[in-house]
Amino acid sequence: MTSIGTGYDLSASTYSPDGRIFQVEYAGKAVENSGTVIGLRVKDGIVLAVEKLVHSKLLVPEANKRIQSIDRHIGMATAGLLADGRHLASRARDEAQNLRDRFKEPPTLKAITDRLSLYVQAYTLYSSVRPFGISSILGTVDKTGPVLYVVEPSGIFYGYHGAAIGKGRQIAKTELEKLKLADLTTREAVIEAARMYGVRSHISRLKFLLLTRIYLVHEDVKDKEFELEMSWIGPETQGRHLSVPKELKDEAEKKARESVEQFDD
Amino acid sequence: MNTVDMQQLKAGEVNLGTSIMAVQFDKGVVIGADSRTTTGSYIANRVTDKLTHVHDRVYCCRSGSAADTQAVADIVHYYLQMYSQQYGAPPSVHTAATLFEKLCYENKDQLLAGIIVAGWDREVGPSVYNIPVGGGLFRQPWAIGGSGSTYVYGYCDATYQEGWGKDETVNFVKNTLALAMSRDGSSGGVIRLAVITEDGVERLFIPGNELPRFWEGKEVLGQDMNKTFTHLAQMEIEA
Repeated sequence: MTSIGTGYDLSASTYSPDGRIFQVEYAGKAVENSGTVIGLRVKDGIVLAVEKLVHSKLLVPEANKRIQSIDRHIGMATAGLLADGRHLASRARDEAQNLRDRFKEPPTLKAITDRLSLYVQAYTLYSSVRPFGISSILGTVDKTGPVLYVVEPSGIFYGYHGAAIGKGRQIAKTELEKLKLADLTTREAVIEAARMYGVRSHISRLKFLLLTRIYLVHEDVKDKEFELEMSWIGPETQGRHLSVPKELKDEAEKKARESVEQFDD
Repeated sequence: MNTVDMQQLKAGEVNLGTSIMAVQFDKGVVIGADSRTTTGSYIANRVTDKLTHVHDRVYCCRSGSAADTQAVADIVHYYLQMYSQQYGAPPSVHTAATLFEKLCYENKDQLLAGIIVAGWDREVGPSVYNIPVGGGLFRQPWAIGGSGSTYVYGYCDATYQEGWGKDETVNFVKNTLALAMSRDGSSGGVIRLAVITEDGVERLFIPGNELPRFWEGKEVLGQDMNKTFTHLAQMEIEA
C-alpha cells in the first residue's frame, strides 16, 4: 500500500490511482480483528460456530448472541462490527420474508444472498455512507441441500464447503481443510466416530471436530476469556436453524479441551 | 334470465363456458380442454386453444372470461421468463401456480378466471394445481373446471384410479371431456390435449367427429336388453 494517507481513503466513492477503494479495504480490517467465526457445510447439514471474546465479567453468559436466524432454516454468523451484523441480518430477514410471500415456500439461500450482496455492494458506492464492517457466513439446508455462503464488505460472495473469518481465520482454514470428508478415509472416520461419539450422528461428529479446531485456533491467539456459541441445521433439527443443545455442547467442549491438552504434550 | 348465468360477465363479453381438465400420472400430466368460446349463444370461436403455455414444462387450462384469463396467463408467462433468468433454473409448477393464485386473489373483484395449472418439474415431478374463481390454491391428483365440469364430477370420482400410465390417463381425460361437452351447452367443438413429461410436451387433437361416443348406447326400443348390455360392454373396451 504505497498510497496510504494521500486522500484517496476518505470516501467509498473515490478510487485510488491504482483502482482500489480503501474504505472497503478498511472495512475488511474491522473483520480481521474480530473473534473467529467458522461455518461448515457437510453432507446433510450446516454448523456455525463463533468465538465470542468476553470483554467483561459482568456480561451474562450465553446471552448476547452472535449467531442470528434469518428464517426457520437459515442461520447467519457475522465477524466484525456487531451492530452492522444486526442490521444486515434484519435486512436478510426482510428479503427472506418477501421471497416467502411471493413464492409461498421456504426461500433458497441463493436468492437471499444474491439480494443481500447487492445491498452490501450499494454501501461501497456513495460518499455519504460507510461500507459494512462485517463478513457474514450464511448457512442453510434448503430444497437444494446444504449451502454455505460468505458475504464480504465489498458485496462479493462465495459458496464454501468450510469457511473461516476473523482473527484466527488462517489457522482455522488450515484446520478446516484437514476436516474435509473427502480427505478422511472411512477407517479414520469410523475410528473417530467410535472413539468420540459412539452412535452420534454424522453431523455431530463433525461439529465436535469443528469445536476442537476452534479451541486450537484460540490457543494460538492466546487471548482473554472466550465463550463458544454454536448453531446447526440438519436432520436432527428437522431442517431448522437452532442453537446446539447444551448437553451436546458441554460434552463436545470437554472433549475439545482434552484434545487440545493432548496437542500441548 | 333465460341463459346460463356466469355472474359478472359483462354484456357481449367473450366467455370460455368451458370444460377443462388436468390429471397427474406417474411420469407427467395430461391436460385437456374443449374448444368452444361463446358470446351469449353465439360461438365466437369453435377451435379455441384453452391450453396455454406459461413455461417449458408448465401449462394452464383457462376457464371464465377469455380476456381475463389470457391477460393473467400473459403476465405469469412474463414473470416465469424473468424467474428463470434470475434464478438460472426453470420454475416449479408450484411457483407458477402461486403466481396465478396471487393475481387471481388480489384482483378477485375484477376477474372472472378459474384456472388449472399443471406441469412437470425437477423437484416433485408431475403436479396439478386448481385455482377456483376468486383465488385459493389446491394441489389435486386430478382437477376439472369450467361450466361443463359440474356434469362429470361423479364420473371422475367413480373412474379415477391411482397408478395409471399415460395411455389410460389420456383416455380418462378424453372420455371425461366428451361427456362434459355432450351435456354442457357452452362446451363443445374439438378436444385438445397435451401430455407434459420431463421429455417434452406432446400435443393431441381429437376432431369433433371423432369424439368418444361410448356413453351414447343404442336405441333401446325394440332391442333385446341382453344384447344391448353386451354391446355396451364391448364398446367400453374400445373406448
